[in-house]
Amino acid sequence: MSATQDVQTQIPVTVLTGYLGAGKTTLLNRILTENHGQRYAVIVNEFGEIGIDNDLLVESDEEIFEMNNGCICCTVRGDLIRTVQNLMKRKGAFDAIIVETTGVADPAPVAQTFFMDDDVRASAKLDAVVAVVDARHVLQRLEDTEEAEDQVAFADVILINKTDLVTPDELANVEARIRAINPYAVLHHSERCEIEIAKVLDRGAFDLDRILSLDPHFLEHGHHAHECSPDCDHDHDHDHDHHDHGHGHHHHEEDPHSVKSISLTAGELNPDMFFPWINQVTQVQGPNILRMKGIMAFKGDSQRYVIQGVHMIVEGDHQRDWKEDEARESRLVFIGRDLNWDVLRDSFQACAAQ
Amino acid sequence: MPTVVPVKVDGFVVRSGFLKECAYFATGEGEILFSGQGVQKSRPHKAGLLAAEPAQDGNSLVTSGDDGCIYSSGADGSHELLAERPRKWIDLIATGPSGAIAFASGRTAWVRMGDGREKEFAHERAVGGLAFAPKGMRLAVSRYDGATLWWAGTDGTPVELSWKGAHLGIDFSPDGKYLVTAMQENALHGWRLSDTQDMRMTGYPAKVKSFSWSVKGKYLATSGAPAAILWPFFGKTGPMGQSPLQLGARSDAQVTAVSCHPKEDVVAVGYQDGMIMMCRFNDNAEVLLRRPGNAPISTMGWDRDGVRLAFGTEAAEAGIISLED
Repeated sequence: MSATQDVQTQIPVTVLTGYLGAGKTTLLNRILTENHGQRYAVIVNEFGEIGIDNDLLVESDEEIFEMNNGCICCTVRGDLIRTVQNLMKRKGAFDAIIVETTGVADPAPVAQTFFMDDDVRASAKLDAVVAVVDARHVLQRLEDTEEAEDQVAFADVILINKTDLVTPDELANVEARIRAINPYAVLHHSERCEIEIAKVLDRGAFDLDRILSLDPHFLEHGHHAHECSPDCDHDHDHDHDHHDHGHGHHHHEEDPHSVKSISLTAGELNPDMFFPWINQVTQVQGPNILRMKGIMAFKGDSQRYVIQGVHMIVEGDHQRDWKEDEARESRLVFIGRDLNWDVLRDSFQACAAQ
Repeated sequence: MPTVVPVKVDGFVVRSGFLKECAYFATGEGEILFSGQGVQKSRPHKAGLLAAEPAQDGNSLVTSGDDGCIYSSGADGSHELLAERPRKWIDLIATGPSGAIAFASGRTAWVRMGDGREKEFAHERAVGGLAFAPKGMRLAVSRYDGATLWWAGTDGTPVELSWKGAHLGIDFSPDGKYLVTAMQENALHGWRLSDTQDMRMTGYPAKVKSFSWSVKGKYLATSGAPAAILWPFFGKTGPMGQSPLQLGARSDAQVTAVSCHPKEDVVAVGYQDGMIMMCRFNDNAEVLLRRPGNAPISTMGWDRDGVRLAFGTEAAEAGIISLED
């Protein structure tokens, strides 16, 4: 699919999202002042309360470029392309890049920039999208705005901040709601963004293995966690028959347009079936797909094939050899709106190697 | 036989060329090195250097950096602060007639006249590139969905040229008849200024990041393909309906920089792997000027007589190639 990039020379990029007041600036100030041995170039939308004068701190006005390729969701951040190119003129001065987005920003153009612009791709690699959410206000934000939901859906790591301002029950509700949108992100709790920096930065490979290690039944359960009492979370393996019909639950959600996720599993796949299928799915349903990631086992291929995407963009590459004790399973997850889960599942399974 | 004299620089070479007889090399780490009778180094910016352009009179090099400053540096190592926009990254500059300079950050462009007066030009979208017209105090600004032509010395209404998409690098043809932009997509766009006729120049596998006009503006040489692509600009219709020349074609490396010879119909072609070749237009005869190195050629510039070529790469390699012994 894509040309293999030289991983060694690609600078890791962390995209930081979150609503105004969630604590992004606090986190950035911590990253910039703490002694963690890493040098970060930080691209912010405005200097605001970042009180640090650092020559690798740059303010950048969001410039959305539509690509002239007829695809409505293929947008990139022009300012980011330019800033990354400028940073590459001082390659030795920093180890990683952090991009802060405005509170109301759609995270897609930022993420897509790292897949769609050849120059940026050659020099930088999206490491993770980190969302900071305010434990006290996030539920209201999710009610009010699609952007808040998009930010949670897009994230690889979610930092639930200001946990000291809510009760344990409230926190459990927040967590359940976030899990319902995005069960694949790694969740952390913090007060005043006090968190070990290594837990949010330089995550490597998108924490991709998480999608394999999660129990698929747990995932399905997660979709409607907010309809259940919190205690149903701990005991989710008991009733497999129930969960086999799990997909049906999606149709009973109150808001049919809210973000949901689906996990598709299969054994070994036939690549000649899979690639045309994934291309077709992303072409047709791209606008509704927020994130997609997967690990594929292709018949006759000794290596794991990892795939990820944003809207219509799909990128894949061989990752490493399958270990001898690993089950050669394929797992693909979609997070999106208005997707026809049953059709996706059936057509995915039709790609299985015979 | 061409000879290569390496020059030791400290980083990504943003711009190299000549001020009269003196070669210059400006790096992303902030070093400006002049190599003439001896070597002079200067480091006017607090941190990184983002852009450099020789002044039109050939007496100084104008540079901008991530410290928001614009300096004019002489080959003797002296430098003078011309303008400052605190906390802005100034990554675009152009040099104009009578000591005028233009610079931009984000959506704003400024012109500083030779006498120090400044004028601001605001745009709705980010400025992608700047160029002065070959005659008159006229500034072209590339932007999203087209370009804007300003009269820098007066308050006249600007001329807007429209074409959908993001326009970046920009330049006038030497006769001032055409304006050409490199786009975010793998294409060039041009306007014939007499009637704003659009010209599409497409087919590139990569973005066009380097372009150079040949003697008398007959051809526009460009990077962005595994050969230097040269569009004909002679005749009434310019490149429309014409096929470009393809010089120095290779199967294994993209062209990353081009620089036309100041006197002959010859172009220096720099590649992704650091190789440099010189190619003649009429028969595509090739001369190897530099063997592959460690990184893509980022910049090249000829001296006035076309006997020496100063080059730099993305990974702290630089040198002066002499065609004569």
